Amino acid sequence: MVHGEVWTIKDLFVLPNEYIYWAIQIVLYPYMTGLVAGAFVLSSLYHVFAVEKLKEIARFALVFSFALLPVAMMPLLLHLQQPLRGINVMMTPHFTSAISAFGIVFMTYGCIVASEIWFVYRKFIVQSIHRLGNKQRKGVEGLLLMIYKVISLGAMDLSPEALEADHKATKVLAGIGIPVACFLHGYAGFIFGSVKANALWMTPLMPVIFIMSAIVSGIALCIVCYALFMWLRRWALARGKNYFLPDQLAGTMNLSVEEMHEMHDYETTLTAKYLRIFMILAITLELLDIIFRGYTAVKSWDIVREVIYERDFVKIFVFQYGIGNALPFVMLLLPGLTTRRACLASVLVLFGVFMMRWNVVIGGQSFSLTFDGFMDYVMPIIPHNLETFKEGLGGALLVAATPFVIFYFLNMIFPAFYNDDEAH
Amino acid sequence: MKRRDFIKSTAVFVSGAAVSTSALVMLDPQEVLAENPELRWGFLVDTLKCVGCGMCVKACKLENDIPYDANVTRTWVERYVMTRDGEVFKDCPKGARDGYTSKLIDENASGMKLVSDKDITQAFFVPKLCNHCELPACVQVCPVGATYGTKDGVVLIDRTWCIGCGYCIMACPYGVRFFHPVVHTADKCTLCYHRISNGGNTACAQACPFGARKLANLRDHKDPVTKIIMTQRVGVLRPEYGTKPQCYYIGLNEEVR
Repeated sequence: MVHGEVWTIKDLFVLPNEYIYWAIQIVLYPYMTGLVAGAFVLSSLYHVFAVEKLKEIARFALVFSFALLPVAMMPLLLHLQQPLRGINVMMTPHFTSAISAFGIVFMTYGCIVASEIWFVYRKFIVQSIHRLGNKQRKGVEGLLLMIYKVISLGAMDLSPEALEADHKATKVLAGIGIPVACFLHGYAGFIFGSVKANALWMTPLMPVIFIMSAIVSGIALCIVCYALFMWLRRWALARGKNYFLPDQLAGTMNLSVEEMHEMHDYETTLTAKYLRIFMILAITLELLDIIFRGYTAVKSWDIVREVIYERDFVKIFVFQYGIGNALPFVMLLLPGLTTRRACLASVLVLFGVFMMRWNVVIGGQSFSLTFDGFMDYVMPIIPHNLETFKEGLGGALLVAATPFVIFYFLNMIFPAFYNDDEAH
Repeated sequence: MKRRDFIKSTAVFVSGAAVSTSALVMLDPQEVLAENPELRWGFLVDTLKCVGCGMCVKACKLENDIPYDANVTRTWVERYVMTRDGEVFKDCPKGARDGYTSKLIDENASGMKLVSDKDITQAFFVPKLCNHCELPACVQVCPVGATYGTKDGVVLIDRTWCIGCGYCIMACPYGVRFFHPVVHTADKCTLCYHRISNGGNTACAQACPFGARKLANLRDHKDPVTKIIMTQRVGVLRPEYGTKPQCYYIGLNEEVR
């Protein structure tokens, strides 16, 4: 069977070679990249714009953004027909292509996030080396000590001047990081926006829309995960399950369950304010795009209108705008915001942004180049070969679950909830 | 040495050096081997002659090793049926590999449609293939440079280098590209480059019993096909995308996109 044939249903006049070639993995690609960029922007709010109150969630967002980073690449590799040749993009980049520089942009961004984490955690790393070096090590502690020794890069200076230098470096890196994060994701938008053959994708607004929705989804994910992990930590603390509490193991956590609860509520509700601001920007741009298309009504509008208002009506207006945007927006606006409500709203926002990616990627392919026919994507649920696994529910869940696995291990090395008043 | 002499001898030296270095031109092996200012392949489709027999599609599949039963094809023939009340029906079952032998119009998920003969105002067939554009969108977007334009105007794909990202498939406004079901790389019409480079004709043009498809050398003004393109009213598909397609059509209708 031809690639795409399994999950494509054609209706009316569709060219013989047309299928939904970009399926769920390409929906996830801008979604995951957006989460990375958004989480990083949230962490930068504290570092660059000195929003002191976001300190706790900022550090978490930074580490979580790093855990998400490798996953942004995963859907791209999974969707390639020749995944082993993926490296060719780095070997012979063809710079007229929007995809060719992805590796370079991605690596640059990765380096920035990695070095920012290093500067933020340098004090912790050095302290950990001293702490672990001086005591009887058991279990993984020997391994941890070795890791810390390697990643300290021999920089053991903890004098106030050195720490001040760390602080400055963090600020600079976070500052550079914002445009690079936006570029990384705007670039993903450009990959779609520059496809002139696709009437739905081709708009210069695409990169900006992508950046805004990226920040929205990144912040929402951080709120949900922060709340979730804090809850998990409270649960673990009460039961003494220290493998969920690397900072407890490291002896840097000295919070009681009540204090944790308080901090938890405070951070999530505050972050929700920023979420609202970016939501307004994102929705405005998306609506502007639709209104502009309808108003100018060029040749392709007939078919685009049919896709937007008829075939994909539920996906766009009910799921994306209704459940994914309007509802959580109202939930966040109502007075007396609690963590639980903020979390629920954030989950809906995440769903809304996912639907937006879906409607762009799948929606853009759901009509024929001839403007005379339609294609429907039926996501493979039960895989019967590797391809239907990769491009189906299994592959999607794999991609969605990976950042949490990475975060679990990353959190062991860089405790994301590490509490230190002098740290930055 | 006087100042005047110094300037004079400097001028002589510089001009002499410039002349001799200008003889040293860096030669690109690709240019030496493939540069042929006398050749620019083009294609002419005479839709008035096409009867929709599908011989071209069959010939192409067999010649170019595209699995016969796979629902992708390098070339295809579309059928257009227009009715009295302004409706346009189009179909292309299996790329017209088996020819149009039935009056039923295949509307995919919407089922088969029968248009009554007396309602039909006009009906015709349009063969399609890669347009081998002057400014191909597919070449522009390939992230690894696996698809490229040759000097003689044919757009080809390097099967050993294509990573299978599908960006070229998305970028082509004509839908000529697909994933080859066996080699799993992007694939499309090569204008039978292996044949035409050795003096042959394309498989589809050779198989066409009515001369609806013709290969042309656009640089050769004595070429009979090029003469037709130059002297008759021909059109190209979707010029609004700015890709400058080099496949010309006689009898192109507004409904054909």
